[in-house]
Amino acid sequence: MSEGDALLPHLCPVPQRVLRQQQFTSLEEKPQFPGASADFVDKLDFIQPNVISGIPIYRVMDRQGQIINPDEDPQLSQEQVLKFYKTMTLLNTMDRILYESQRQGRISFYMTNYGEEGTHVGSAAALDDTDLVFGQYREAGVLMYRGYPLDLFMAQCYGNTSDTGKGRQMPVHYGCRDRHFVTISSPLATQIPQAVGAAYAFKRDNASRAVICYFGEGAASEGDAHAGFNFAATLECPILFFCRNNGYAISTPTSEQYRGDGIAARGPGYGIMSIRVDGNDVFAVYNATREARRRAIAENQPFLIEAMTYRIGHHSTSDDSSAYRSVDEVNYWDKQDHPISRLRHHMLGRGWWDEEQEKSWRKKSRKRVMEAFEQAERKLKPSPQHLFSDVYCEMPPQLQKQQEALARHLRLYGEHYPLEHFEK
Amino acid sequence: MAAAGLGLCRLAVLASGPGPLRAGVWGRLPPLAAGSRRHAAHFTFQPDAEPSAHGQTQKMNLFQSITSALDNTLSRDPTAVIFGEDVAFGGVFRCTVGLRDKYGKDRVFNTPLCEQGIVGFGIGVAVAGATAIAEIQFADYIFPAFDQIVNEAAKYRYRSGDLFNCGSLTIRAPWGCVGHGALYHSQSPEAFFAHCPGIKVVIPRSPLQAKGLLLSCIEDKNPCIFFEPKILYRAAVEQVPVEPYYIPLSQAEVLQEGSDVTLVAWGTQVHVIREVATMAQEKLGVSCEVIDLKTILPWDTEAVCKEECFLNLEAPISRVCGYDTPFPHIFEPFYIPDKWKCYDALRKMINY
Repeated sequence: MSEGDALLPHLCPVPQRVLRQQQFTSLEEKPQFPGASADFVDKLDFIQPNVISGIPIYRVMDRQGQIINPDEDPQLSQEQVLKFYKTMTLLNTMDRILYESQRQGRISFYMTNYGEEGTHVGSAAALDDTDLVFGQYREAGVLMYRGYPLDLFMAQCYGNTSDTGKGRQMPVHYGCRDRHFVTISSPLATQIPQAVGAAYAFKRDNASRAVICYFGEGAASEGDAHAGFNFAATLECPILFFCRNNGYAISTPTSEQYRGDGIAARGPGYGIMSIRVDGNDVFAVYNATREARRRAIAENQPFLIEAMTYRIGHHSTSDDSSAYRSVDEVNYWDKQDHPISRLRHHMLGRGWWDEEQEKSWRKKSRKRVMEAFEQAERKLKPSPQHLFSDVYCEMPPQLQKQQEALARHLRLYGEHYPLEHFEK
Repeated sequence: MAAAGLGLCRLAVLASGPGPLRAGVWGRLPPLAAGSRRHAAHFTFQPDAEPSAHGQTQKMNLFQSITSALDNTLSRDPTAVIFGEDVAFGGVFRCTVGLRDKYGKDRVFNTPLCEQGIVGFGIGVAVAGATAIAEIQFADYIFPAFDQIVNEAAKYRYRSGDLFNCGSLTIRAPWGCVGHGALYHSQSPEAFFAHCPGIKVVIPRSPLQAKGLLLSCIEDKNPCIFFEPKILYRAAVEQVPVEPYYIPLSQAEVLQEGSDVTLVAWGTQVHVIREVATMAQEKLGVSCEVIDLKTILPWDTEAVCKEECFLNLEAPISRVCGYDTPFPHIFEPFYIPDKWKCYDALRKMINY
């Protein structure tokens, strides 16, 4: 038994993946039930859920960025670690500018990723480029890590002619086929069973590709989450379930979201290998994701990673979180336990970074973001013809008629529509 | 799942047969009381002629024609998989009998009991580029999957700007009244999906139609829902080609030309209106046009005039359907839009 097991006295050691039926015999008083592989007990005792000393949180660095156990150091190169840092800070900068642009009425909506950059970058770095990503909406750093350019992030937020999504969705609903990032949709947790289906197809294909599925601790309450976990386990799919437990679902704190030991504790209930990690420790996230990915593919089974973190920003530009949490609480996380600061401390400690580089990078990254932003704002929106395409693979006659009807309508009433902002 | 329409002689056989489950002292049931025989079906299935264009045919009922379509698909498309509750042993309506043995347990498999999971999983299989054929055990149980169908499957291509799609997903479900199904084994939920852009909804009237339409749905590059009239699974028998063939979607079929009244229906009801057309000719001398709509969405507006023809109508359009109640059990014979109700609506229309 490992140390982990000792801390979970009331949960069985991880059971065999497939319940083996007992040899069917009436000679001994052993349970024959097909539904469970277990012994009889003659003392009435309820299993007590353990939320006081829950599943422990795996971490590699302390809050000052020092490696705690050298055996767990992922031993990444300076170049690799710099890429982590630059991605996280570039994301942070982009968030600040786009949040501000919404406040100024330039885009309609935005969601920031403050405080969760470590969960994005640590996990993205641990995947292969062709692993398929299903996200929720707060995983822009995964896409950024994979090289999605700033002007495409902006294009989607502005819904301009460069948006590969053709202006169909609200901001932050990114998607990129070439980078294997499935387009975001607003309904929560719907991506979870879908990710499982994709993983099953990859398994059949012998593709050595994994699927990673991100969701928040709130979305994990949805029926689709339960469905996804159960299907992944029974159908033996090479999938990583990555839960960003950031403490809030809009205004709902975790104490009102669940009463058990978070999301990691649910995994064993489905027969799923599970771990809880410090989401603000980019190396811990990296290590856990990497090992889970390796085993998910090698063993065709799902893995559940619950990354503990904190949502420093508001839920979205439609939210003011001072209505339900204290500024002190937010400041604690911003100042005392931030994934970017911890990595910076680590890099400084290693001599891989200094104040000069920090200043220079801040200036350079801000300039890059501002340039992309200004360009995105100047572009036109796509032609209103695109309102009608892609509903089906082919455009049905009724839609063609409606498209023509709109064109006729605009010829007569065009002055009442913002046509000057749209391509013809 | 009980079989439809047990007759008196079959009851007698069960009462007197040998075997470990024989009723013993309780076996002799009293003679059937007058008037308590279960009601006969409300329609007569009218088979179409054996087609000559698609090679060798075989006598098949509706569930066998479905199996044939699925067999053709798994044979030709190595990515195709079939999944849902109880499909592995052949399915509660026998539509998948033999397929797991023939194609393997990784291609024909049971899922946990969870419709939202079945459809969500199916969407994911399709997004990854494989052909997904999801079975919902009864159309009555499709509602947990409504979000995945309407908010996800239907919108996948549009919302992603055609970067992603789940066009290779087909959802199949047994549909419609069966004589004794009551609230939860009789529903026809196509209306809930009829105004959801991005999906297709198809309902066949017969084994010949079913195989051709199902194969078209599977080939179609949009997510499709294929409702199978369960009352026809065994009752409808035709000569059906063994090889694949395709009946186009979104094309209604005029089964009978007529000049006075147009009758439009889909699924089982097509056989009801065919009979009504005959009754109208014989009793009223009225010539009816009979149309099988087949695809509910996108539907064939050309074949069925609507607002463009409003001024040409000599009477208001009549809808003959069930009452605005849940589908009842014992009252089914009174609930369903049978030929007498259709005939009466037609008669009123002629006299408008």
